[in-house]
Amino acid sequence: MVTRSDLPLRVINSTPEAILKAKKRARRSFRQIRTENVFKRTLSIMGLVIIILVLGIMLTLIVQSLPSIKALGPKYLWSKVWDPVQDIYGAWPFLLGTLLSSFLALIISIPFSIAVAIFLGEYHPKGWLPNFLKNTVELIAAVPSVIYGFWGLAVLVPIVRSFESSIGVEPVGVGIFSSSLILAVMIIPYAASLGRSMINLVPSHLKEAAYGLGATRWEVIRSVVLPYTKSGLFAGILLSLGRALGETMAVTMVIGNTSLIPKSIFAPGNTMASVIANEFTEADKPVYLSALIELGLVLFLVTVVINLIGKKIIDRFTNE
Amino acid sequence: MQASHVKYRLGKSYGFQILTYILAFACVVPLIAILFFIIKAGVTKINWHFLVNIPKPVGETGGGIANALVGSILIIIVASVIAIPIGIMAGVYLSENRKSRLAYWCRLSTDILQGVPSIVIGIVAYFWLVKPLGKFSALSGSAALAMMMLPIVVRSTEETLKLLPDTLKEAALALGMPFHRVIFKVIIPVGISGILSGVMLSIARITGETAPLLFTAFGNPYLSTNLTQPMQSLPLLIFNYATSPYNEWHDLAWGASLILLLWVLFLNIFTKIVTRKWKVQL
Amino acid sequence: MESTVIKSRNFNASFGSNHVVKNVNIDIPRNHVIAVMGPSGCGKTTYLRCINRMHELIPGASSSGEMKLNEEDVYQMHPIFVRLKIGMVFQRPNPFPNLSIYDNVIAGYKLNGIKLPKAERDRIVEHSLSRVALWNEVKDSLNKKGSFLSGGQQQRLCIARAVAMEPEVLLFDEPTSALDPISTSTVEELFHELKVNYTLIIVTHNMQQAARVSDKTAFFFMGELVEYDDTKIMFTNPKDNRTQNYITGRFS
Repeated sequence: MVTRSDLPLRVINSTPEAILKAKKRARRSFRQIRTENVFKRTLSIMGLVIIILVLGIMLTLIVQSLPSIKALGPKYLWSKVWDPVQDIYGAWPFLLGTLLSSFLALIISIPFSIAVAIFLGEYHPKGWLPNFLKNTVELIAAVPSVIYGFWGLAVLVPIVRSFESSIGVEPVGVGIFSSSLILAVMIIPYAASLGRSMINLVPSHLKEAAYGLGATRWEVIRSVVLPYTKSGLFAGILLSLGRALGETMAVTMVIGNTSLIPKSIFAPGNTMASVIANEFTEADKPVYLSALIELGLVLFLVTVVINLIGKKIIDRFTNE
Repeated sequence: MQASHVKYRLGKSYGFQILTYILAFACVVPLIAILFFIIKAGVTKINWHFLVNIPKPVGETGGGIANALVGSILIIIVASVIAIPIGIMAGVYLSENRKSRLAYWCRLSTDILQGVPSIVIGIVAYFWLVKPLGKFSALSGSAALAMMMLPIVVRSTEETLKLLPDTLKEAALALGMPFHRVIFKVIIPVGISGILSGVMLSIARITGETAPLLFTAFGNPYLSTNLTQPMQSLPLLIFNYATSPYNEWHDLAWGASLILLLWVLFLNIFTKIVTRKWKVQL
Repeated sequence: MESTVIKSRNFNASFGSNHVVKNVNIDIPRNHVIAVMGPSGCGKTTYLRCINRMHELIPGASSSGEMKLNEEDVYQMHPIFVRLKIGMVFQRPNPFPNLSIYDNVIAGYKLNGIKLPKAERDRIVEHSLSRVALWNEVKDSLNKKGSFLSGGQQQRLCIARAVAMEPEVLLFDEPTSALDPISTSTVEELFHELKVNYTLIIVTHNMQQAARVSDKTAFFFMGELVEYDDTKIMFTNPKDNRTQNYITGRFS
């Protein structure tokens, strides 16, 4: 509540000009109060906007998947044949492709990510060399995925092709294996940077206790640092996995775009993201389009859940 | 404890250290390999001609990426205009309301949004802006990219402002300052370096994004500045031309890749340097 | 003008269900220095922050009763108006780190968008800095940011910033507890000169400071205003037992 007192600011000399000035200032203050309320409300609205945005995304995905959910039912997810020309839709090739490429990428990248995390967090936290490594690893995450894809197509695929012919596998070059390799490089920074900050948090008195008992560096890492940061490292791995699952462009360019169940990791295939990218604009039947969007819905749910679990673990870890 | 056993343990420790060093620095190799290859393949393709012409039809040599350059810049600017004000205000809202229910759901939504795969954002933007309006447009592409920028801007704004001491706000309020002036004239200026770094990181992120544009901006072989029409962007061009069977188009893609790579690297490095300089000593 | 500038009647303040200021009745006379003392947690800082309505910024905080500035209830006015007439200096010096010394002094005008002619601004800056005995020390570095100033100088800068708004009352929340002894005495010397133009209410946990600088002293204990009298009487012949115990150091 505001009183309309005539002289809201103290006036030292009660000259007419001073009183006029004080009245002007009072009017300005009333204006400011009105603006302040508008501003506070606008802030809340902006917060609401984000909530509505996310709800909208979920709703759109669900609504647009409904035709396919109704027509194909839950067995869509494990049906093995994808043949839109004959109106047969089965998501299993893509689920398999996604799982294979992502988990293979994770397995390949984990040793490297953890090595970077331990190097930067434990062996060399400061200095120009670790700074160089830290910035380089961060730049890996900055490179756009099309560039990874293009380079993969031009450089990696021929190498994989000759590797395949040398081990007696059909030398296609593109396939699950190539996409896993590219993905592995792309997801290194995520587990690495999270792991590094977790390792930094290990209290030095715990490490000193171990050193004081005559432990070697490796033994301290193995028995103090790694157990302490176990959940943090796990969260980092989850984040890397989430990134791998959702990656589209690099995978699309080197996976071979074959909607069949891959016979081996060297065979071409498709992931959920890559089949959407390739066939979305070609989908001429409503069920076709809706089936693709249902894949998008599954992808959305899986990556969001993984990311939220990862973040929750991090929050619990840093708030203890 | 025998000396030989201790020597063995020390040896194991040393071996592990070497393994760690090797694996860690091995990560640098792919990045350098990519940089090196793209520079080698792309640098010969770039000249003034390349930058100011649009691609020629298949079979003709020459041509350039002018439409993609202009398109990328326009789409990014529009996306930024949408995302930055909303993101900063939402970040301010979150830092000023730590405990309210709305703030909890907003924070959760921001986390969810950050994890949404870029192709899914593209799908959603298609149904919101392309299908109802009947055509692909640069605007829908910008909207999709804006959705990807939001979580980064919101989070970095919130984290930056949370670090500021409460006494700063109290000093301003005690002088009779209304809330909006406290925010715009005191809080945001002191936290500008963190906010700016979030903004620049979000821009660097969307510069290289392709998937959200696949079914929104869609691409355009001609130079267009019309936001309501399809527009070409650098990553889209690279994707389309790299996967095409024509060698001339591959050449264009290499040149474009070099430019995109340099642009993104420059943005990242620039961000790091500038925000270090702008940090206000509290 | 009335000789009582601040009047509290049945004033209470709480944090949620935690009742920290209980039924305070006090008359604060104009152009005096009032010390508010008491052990930690006695409610003195909360009471102070109620006077210029900073208390309500904390979520869950509430208050009731009358708090009058010149016969006008402060809680019937919008807080912005209250704070234009009642200035505050905080425990830790908090000049705005992104503003120069000059801009810090007139921050109350500049950041509020009040445009003054340069001559007027210069006059206010010089006047306020002189009032806090800082003018000669900083007059050649007005455009620099205040981070090079010592703690005592920064605190005086904060006082100058509050004084520049020409308030009626200045509230001090343990203004010297973060300062070294020399800075403390320079700030204490100011109180004597400032009271000519303003009324000063100083919360302090330092009894000797209360005895040194104030005309009247209020003693808070467990949320209540136990005793309020001329400083001389408070420290030589207190009427309440609890006051006596506090002064003689039975608890602090």
